[in-house]
Amino acid sequence: MAETVFAPWTDPQQKPLIQFKGVTKRFGDFIAIDNLSQDIYAQEFFALLGPSGCGKTTMMRMLAGFEAPTEGQILIAGQDVARVPPNKRAVNMMFQSYALFPHLTVWDNIAFGLRREGKSKAEIEPRVAEMLRLTRLERFARRKPHQISGGQRQRVALARSLAKAPKLLLLDEPLGALDAKLRQQTQFELMDIQEKTGTTFVIVTHDQEEAMTVASRVAVMDEGRIIQVATPPEIYEQPNSVYVADFIGDVNIIEGVAHPQADGYDILWVEGRQPLHAKSTRSFSNGQRCFLAMRPEKVAIGTEEPETRNKVKGRIIDIAYLGNLSTYHVEVPGGRIIKAQTANTRRLSRRTLTWEDEVWLSWTETAAVMLEE
Amino acid sequence: MRRLILIAVPYLWLLALFLVPFLIVLKISLSDTAIAIPPYTPTLDLAGGWAAFKDFLGQLDMENFVWLTEDDLYWKAYLSSVKIAFFATVLTLVAGYPIAYAMARAAPEWRPTLLMLVILPFWTSFLIRVYAWMGILSNEGLLNGLLLKLGLIAEPLTILNTNAAVYIGIVYTYLPFMILPIYSALEKMDESLLEAAEDLGCSRLQAFWLVTVPLSKQGIIAGCFLVFIPVVGEFVIPSLLGGSGTLMIGKVLFEEFFNNRDWPVASAVAVILLLILIIPIILFQRNEQKQREAEG
Ligand SMILES: Nc1ncnc2c1ncn2[C@@H]1O[C@H](COP(=O)(O)OP(=O)(O)OP(=O)(O)O)[C@@H](O)[C@H]1O
Ligand SMILES: [Mg+2]
Repeated sequence: MAETVFAPWTDPQQKPLIQFKGVTKRFGDFIAIDNLSQDIYAQEFFALLGPSGCGKTTMMRMLAGFEAPTEGQILIAGQDVARVPPNKRAVNMMFQSYALFPHLTVWDNIAFGLRREGKSKAEIEPRVAEMLRLTRLERFARRKPHQISGGQRQRVALARSLAKAPKLLLLDEPLGALDAKLRQQTQFELMDIQEKTGTTFVIVTHDQEEAMTVASRVAVMDEGRIIQVATPPEIYEQPNSVYVADFIGDVNIIEGVAHPQADGYDILWVEGRQPLHAKSTRSFSNGQRCFLAMRPEKVAIGTEEPETRNKVKGRIIDIAYLGNLSTYHVEVPGGRIIKAQTANTRRLSRRTLTWEDEVWLSWTETAAVMLEE
Repeated sequence: MRRLILIAVPYLWLLALFLVPFLIVLKISLSDTAIAIPPYTPTLDLAGGWAAFKDFLGQLDMENFVWLTEDDLYWKAYLSSVKIAFFATVLTLVAGYPIAYAMARAAPEWRPTLLMLVILPFWTSFLIRVYAWMGILSNEGLLNGLLLKLGLIAEPLTILNTNAAVYIGIVYTYLPFMILPIYSALEKMDESLLEAAEDLGCSRLQAFWLVTVPLSKQGIIAGCFLVFIPVVGEFVIPSLLGGSGTLMIGKVLFEEFFNNRDWPVASAVAVILLLILIIPIILFQRNEQKQREAEG
């Protein structure tokens, strides 16, 4: 795929499309964005992920021109946009609240931006029709926003922001109200549009799977700061903090004390037990507190004692059946719970593990990431 | 059954307070003047039975309505009333919309206070307020005094007893009826709609025309009717502030009733006035209905 080579952020020659330079946004004395610096490159699909109230919408609103940074600068295509009003920016935003015009039909809502450009009827009509088809709203073109469902409204908002084919598109939770199937289809449509038109997308989502699917890079935010920015595989496999590891997907966090060894680190985690072993790209001093983060699917579960260096005996206390996967919650010495995930390749009746079973958990030296905080 | 009672109560109310008085007025308008108490004939005498009732019906006629068409005072007064009401409504809208807009854009903690200020004049008698305007607008009044002192004019302006004074009085009196419905429409409006409009390429002014005005349309229509309908029949303001040249049907009606003691003609004037107003009233009701549907 083309995505694998697309990595402008690694190339110092590339000029970013968007630059946040030490941007702080305060509402009264509340700090919504805290000294944030971030580059976003042209043709990126940049996903913002973070808990509610962490400042995602605020970032978008500053890009669209509805909020001015209290401190710092925002540059779009190298130009400071502080004095550029929203209607003069080549940016369209899809609002989290949709903000559909209640007095206009779906059709007129979508055509609104095109009309402002002074396009002729012959140009507007096919464009609106295309947007309606894309969002599967053809049948609702003549309805007013209050006559359609929540998911349909969301699609109108999406269509309206897409219609002008802007250079930069800001989507604030564009697919939250759609059912899983339609959401997936729309995700692929968005990626398709992105590929065809080269539009730069900044997208806010609460769904980390969605971020993983569509994004070229994912930014994980917390309390007005960006904690980590990385490609989806990197952010999943190499989180830089417990916060990110915990936010993206399911994870086991084991706290311990690091002791450097020739081939990595031994981690003492429960008094009087064999230490765990892990390799790390980060360096830890002797006796430093550390956290081991490992994904449940990298933890093997079995009834026989395995040959690996990292192994723990425990008892199954809960099984979460997810259809294609099962997650076993295993209580290990010290009262800690470690989750192990296996693919359900066999039928339910043929599986051997069940509640209260004594099992062995094991993982490789590279399966876990060592983190400082 | 409970539903029926619930529906019946307002209808009975309307029947007692609207329809019955109207029928009485209608009946008087078909009668003839008489020097008697009450000053018209015939009067219905139920004791006389069916024959008396038939006799009573036989004496009713359309004479007064014919009379209204014969003297051009009446149709001129109707026309002039409608004209004054129309321009006064436009003026009230022009004055009221910015006020309603500013109120709806004010910080939320200020809005109840501002609403209070709009309603405040109702706490004083309407008549006293109109008298106060006489004090302000007369030749020796406050306004002329101020303008003379500022040196803007050399001679006092004659405002009182002209149509200008009538317009000022009407705009002043009816302003709250214009402001309140427009305010309520504007206040409901989601501000992110304006942001969306700007985001899609509108200037502030375009966003105002394309989003704010259409979304406050129902409020504008309601406000205009709430001003227009009562102003057509307005009596106090033209008689206190207007001059001999101010012709309004309310004044004519008052004179027929009290000065000429011609109850039947006065009633006929009132019946025609009602017929004229029924069209805007129906339109107003339609507008309200449409608004409820749009919200529902
Ligand atoms: N106009 C404002 N006045 C005061 N505080 C505000 C304003 N707008 C946002 N905030 C605060 O700034 C913080 C960040 O808000 P923002 O809308 O960016 O969150 P978000 O990350 O988009 O959250 P969500 O995922 O729930 O949409 C919140 O704590 C919010 O209360
Ligand atoms: Mg948000």
